[in-house]
Amino acid sequence: MLLDVQDLKTNFYTYEGVVKALDGISLKIKEGDTLGLVGETGCGKSVTSLSIIRLILPPGKIEEGKVIFNLGENSKSKGKYVDLLKQTEAFVREVRGDKISMIFQEPSSALNPVYTAGEQICESFLLHRKEELCQEAVEDIRKDVERSRFFYRNIYQIEKKFCQWMLRAPHSFWLKFLSSFPLIGKYKRRIKAEATKKTIQILKRMGIPNPEQVVHRYPHELSGGMQQRVVIAMALACNPKLLIADEPTSNLDVTIQAQILDLIREIKGKLGSSILFITHDLGVVAEMCNYVAVMYAGNICEIAPVKELFKNPLHPYTIALMKSLPEPGRKRLESIKGNVPNLINPPPGCRFHPRCSKAMEICSKEKPKTVKVGKEHFVACHIYT
Amino acid sequence: MIGFSSKIMLKSKKGEFKRRVQPRIKELKFSLSRIKKSPLSLIGLSLILLFASVALLAPIIAPPKYPYEPYRIPRSGYSATPQPPSYQHPFGTTQGQYDIYYGVIWGTRTAFRIGFMVVGSILVIGIILGSISGYYGGLVDEIIMRIVDTFMSIPTLVLAMALVTALGHNLDSVMKALIIVGWPSYARLIRGDILSVREETYVEAARAIGCSDLSIIFKHVLPNAIYPLLIMASLDVGAMVLTAAALSFLGLGAPIGYADWGQMISFARNWIVGPPSNPLAYWYTVVIPGLFILFFVLGWNLLGDAFRDILDPKIRRR
Repeated sequence: MLLDVQDLKTNFYTYEGVVKALDGISLKIKEGDTLGLVGETGCGKSVTSLSIIRLILPPGKIEEGKVIFNLGENSKSKGKYVDLLKQTEAFVREVRGDKISMIFQEPSSALNPVYTAGEQICESFLLHRKEELCQEAVEDIRKDVERSRFFYRNIYQIEKKFCQWMLRAPHSFWLKFLSSFPLIGKYKRRIKAEATKKTIQILKRMGIPNPEQVVHRYPHELSGGMQQRVVIAMALACNPKLLIADEPTSNLDVTIQAQILDLIREIKGKLGSSILFITHDLGVVAEMCNYVAVMYAGNICEIAPVKELFKNPLHPYTIALMKSLPEPGRKRLESIKGNVPNLINPPPGCRFHPRCSKAMEICSKEKPKTVKVGKEHFVACHIYT
Repeated sequence: MIGFSSKIMLKSKKGEFKRRVQPRIKELKFSLSRIKKSPLSLIGLSLILLFASVALLAPIIAPPKYPYEPYRIPRSGYSATPQPPSYQHPFGTTQGQYDIYYGVIWGTRTAFRIGFMVVGSILVIGIILGSISGYYGGLVDEIIMRIVDTFMSIPTLVLAMALVTALGHNLDSVMKALIIVGWPSYARLIRGDILSVREETYVEAARAIGCSDLSIIFKHVLPNAIYPLLIMASLDVGAMVLTAAALSFLGLGAPIGYADWGQMISFARNWIVGPPSNPLAYWYTVVIPGLFILFFVLGWNLLGDAFRDILDPKIRRR
């Protein structure tokens, strides 16, 4: 198990009242899986993803629940499984971008307009892979020392000393103080150059033509598809174990959508990361994921393997969702009557019951429990209890 | 053989240096071409460069009479009536026989000092307080912004006058007073920009790759919020000199005889209109220092736009 979310509750304390955005979400992602999270706008998909990496800002607050994450073997002192919600902010900051990273919805606004594409990808290397970069820089300097003359040799030796110091004590105050002086801080440029080398490599893997030039481009000089590739490169820079993709293709052209989806799938195959794929497009889910979770108003209604869900949807909401998909031979699309409920005053019991065609008396009174109906198929509905 | 190989080494070294510097030179050329495209910013830039060279060359073009007090304007006599331009005094003398030429030349230095010191300190104070207030919000924001409100509710010039009177009668206290008067509007401006920038997705993205608060503020939020502030700062270099001149004119600035444009105009207060037979008899006492102030402020105002064209990458490549 890579990620195990248990009973996650997130509220937003607004002026109008408490918005109960997540009402006890439970998810499991195994290593190498792709879980699709589907639902209407405003049902809490993005809040789920942000809650997992603890990026909920005030007035939002994660009330309770557990986010258990498998750090892998090389974790220091914390053990293999940690509850991210109980860790310190500094620890979570180390996990973000390194172990769990995120692709954002709108590529044009997810890139900082004042930095070049390269600088932004470099940043996550510099944050999480400093040791590796230092080692490579030391290696590089050694080569330079060998083929240079007396004067330069001394300069390189100083640079090397600093890189080694950086390896020994990356947070030393004196190191930071000294490197803020112009010439002494030159070793930083070395480390940055190493990061840039890696950036070019990763951009090449993203299928970007001549990455050496793209590295120096500003975001507004790139096309939408290129921007999204850069955003994905940023997220994948440190080979994360879990990639959260928050509607990565919803603002792109159809052809580029297909390219990006191919890219994500290909890279997933190479790196073996797991993906939490958030989307409202069932077609994309069918193509990308092997498990699907259907969300409605802060609850998960149904989780099943993709084929099972499309063949045999059980929850009334899932069924209605399937009926609203355009399909050859279907004359009229059916819509789900009514609107998404206001989450400040959600309907009692099952949150879907006011719009449900099969609503029973118990639905308005009791919140349905999640039941296992088939192999790996879970439904939260009173019909099946 | 060794000499030969080392020569090759040197050559490759130079090549690497060239390769590293070339993109910067290219960008610099691009910046210059941006300035060249808009004649107004070209005028602004050349005005400021002209003033800067005057300030730098002041000891050569106007050798001081008192080497230990270069800012003291030499006077030839004590007669109140200004004397028209002559060979000895190219711009004439003002009330009390102070040499106008010497006064305006060394006054340029004073103007730069006031402009840079005041605006520089204001920028530092405003950016630090404004970004703390904007990024963290809540109680800190409330406290800082109420202090800002308090400062802004008192008329600028009145507060500056009161402060100069309290701090003492010299140029340093004028600068201190201007700093105290000026920082609130900067803090407020940067706070507003930070409030809008911190909601952007790229800030969230930076948080999602594990940046700390400090590096988010300084690396991701500030560079996107600072342009309006820089433009305001470049406009304010002129404006601060203007306010300092106003204080000097009111008799609250530099000590008497100190080379300062405001003081020069203050000397001319009684000579703006000459005798009825020749009302423009003493024009040089007002017009010359006045023109210096005018062009200095104009130059900075025009340069403000040029800064925006150069600095903001969103506008830069358009």
